[in-house]
Amino acid sequence: MNKSTLLAMYERMHLCRSFEQACIQLYMEKEIRGSLHPSIGQEATAVGACFALRPDDYMTCTYRGHSACIAKGIDVNAAMAEMLNKRTGISKGKGGSMHWTDPTIGLLGENAIVGAGVPIAAGAALSAQMDDAPPGKSKVAITFFGDGAINQGAFHEAMNMAQLWKLPLILLCENNLYAEMTPLADSNPLATVADRAKGYNMHAVKIDGNDIVAVYDTVCAASERARAGEGPTFIEAMTYRLTGHMVGDAETYRTKEEVAEARKHEPILRAGELLKRDYSVSADELAALAAKSQARIDAAVKFAKESPAPDPSEVYEDVWA
Amino acid sequence: MRELTYTQALREALSEEMERDGKIVLMGEDIGHYGGVFRVTEGLIEKFGPKRVKDTPISEAGFVGMAVGMAMTGRRPVAELMFMDFALVCADQIWNQAAKLRSMSGGRVTVPLVIRAQQGGGRGNGAQHSESFETLFTHLPGMKVALPSTPADAKGLLKSALRQDDPVMFIEHKLLYNTKGPVPDGDVTIPFGKADVKREGTDLTIVSYSRQLLFALEAAETLQKEHGISAEVIDLRTTVPMDMDTIVTSLKKTHKLLVTHESHSSCGIGAEVAMRVMEQAFYELDAPIVRVAGLDLPIHSARPLEEKVLPQPSAIVEGALKLLK
Repeated sequence: MNKSTLLAMYERMHLCRSFEQACIQLYMEKEIRGSLHPSIGQEATAVGACFALRPDDYMTCTYRGHSACIAKGIDVNAAMAEMLNKRTGISKGKGGSMHWTDPTIGLLGENAIVGAGVPIAAGAALSAQMDDAPPGKSKVAITFFGDGAINQGAFHEAMNMAQLWKLPLILLCENNLYAEMTPLADSNPLATVADRAKGYNMHAVKIDGNDIVAVYDTVCAASERARAGEGPTFIEAMTYRLTGHMVGDAETYRTKEEVAEARKHEPILRAGELLKRDYSVSADELAALAAKSQARIDAAVKFAKESPAPDPSEVYEDVWA
Repeated sequence: MRELTYTQALREALSEEMERDGKIVLMGEDIGHYGGVFRVTEGLIEKFGPKRVKDTPISEAGFVGMAVGMAMTGRRPVAELMFMDFALVCADQIWNQAAKLRSMSGGRVTVPLVIRAQQGGGRGNGAQHSESFETLFTHLPGMKVALPSTPADAKGLLKSALRQDDPVMFIEHKLLYNTKGPVPDGDVTIPFGKADVKREGTDLTIVSYSRQLLFALEAAETLQKEHGISAEVIDLRTTVPMDMDTIVTSLKKTHKLLVTHESHSSCGIGAEVAMRVMEQAFYELDAPIVRVAGLDLPIHSARPLEEKVLPQPSAIVEGALKLLK
């Protein structure tokens, strides 16, 4: 892992974290409507995966997908404006937190429906396959989903067709041990989620999703397989969300001790330790990257607050092509 | 003019459009090597190859979802649902995804997806294979909806569907496939949002679509021959967008309206047309609007039960006589 890539990923993880923390604050101040599903603690799966891909690779992700979208390269000013439902937002304020969509970075959308993004990404992968690019040059599609989505019918249908047709698809399961408020053991009989892939004859790996280097290397390998025409890869990435399912979640399903323990192994902390230990980066340098990211988010919040709301007449726009 | 079956007309539309536009890809169950359960796609895999005519597993949510993803990444997919009833199996991908992605994204993505499905009863298929769902697609915003009643309309509307960028629900009828009719040569498209006066008349306006339109024409013939009543029959052809101008123009002549459809009465297209007429042309009416529609009951397999639930031509005649009393 080269130092500049790791530093860039470290900075990007801070950008994700600062963005989510700012959103929580704005939500408590009632500036953000609807529900907010922060991805705090899951920055490495997002950033490690997206840095391993090309800018024009396709992506679908969940309503907990802010980090994935920021990792893929979304404009944080427009993203924050979208959170405040302003006209200058990514989706002109119409989508809100759960529906960021930006085809210029291959983002075919976050999705508010659990599992729905998996067949959509499979379709994008089929499209990439039909492009008939020279070997090694094909686009790939990645789809992020959680340990809840693996129980949806649409997920299974997409797994089956992806392997059947050897689609250039990367299925990245962020296993954070809870599907909304339900622990993993109460929703599925397998100890290892990646074992589901065996039922589809699909290549699968299970990794530490809070180890950004492991995520990066695994997605690099999966994308190489995909671009070589070898088919899809299922990646089970173990992680943990440090906040509740949504802001306002009473979190009665887990102990404060469990969360505190998880915080000691969270991805940004670990990446910082790695940089200090193996790449001779100082604590000051790390703090400077964190501060830089924070400043960008502060500017994004200012931009969003100063932007206009959509006019009511805009309900009639963008419905039909 | 040459005569084609509804099936042949659809196949011609697909073949001509696939020749013209390499981005069109077909997906569905048994559409490729088998040629489709209703034969619409027969011969197309031989002509265009298995990459463009894809046989899928029985996975409606999966392959319609994939079609949504393909539509967002530069292709024009045509997904076939073997029976309209199966739309409920992939309801999320249709109504939460295809219909909404464009507007939810502020226009950042477009979903040029055509979903073809056949609907309707009259063959004894039973309640899970006989439904008509145009009301659902007309009610939930974001899809255009076409229901051709003739081979010429089928070909022209399908061509139009494949040349525009909005998601389309293209609704065929299981008992229209073997009907025959004149189909013009050449590249003829029919616009969405333009109803067609299929029979001119002066005493009442009958509005219908899909197979029921043929029943309406049959009823109009009976009304003329046995009762000396001249009915004008209007084929809506598309319910999204819906052409009210043609209906209002007709009402200015006849002042009496009967709407008839096979699908269930409650909250149906008949109710919608009636309300729009109230809003746009109430003072043209000389009598209350009559609705002849399916009963709000499951469409069972036994013929006497099916024919009780689904309105037959005689029910339309009765309705017209009541209207003119």
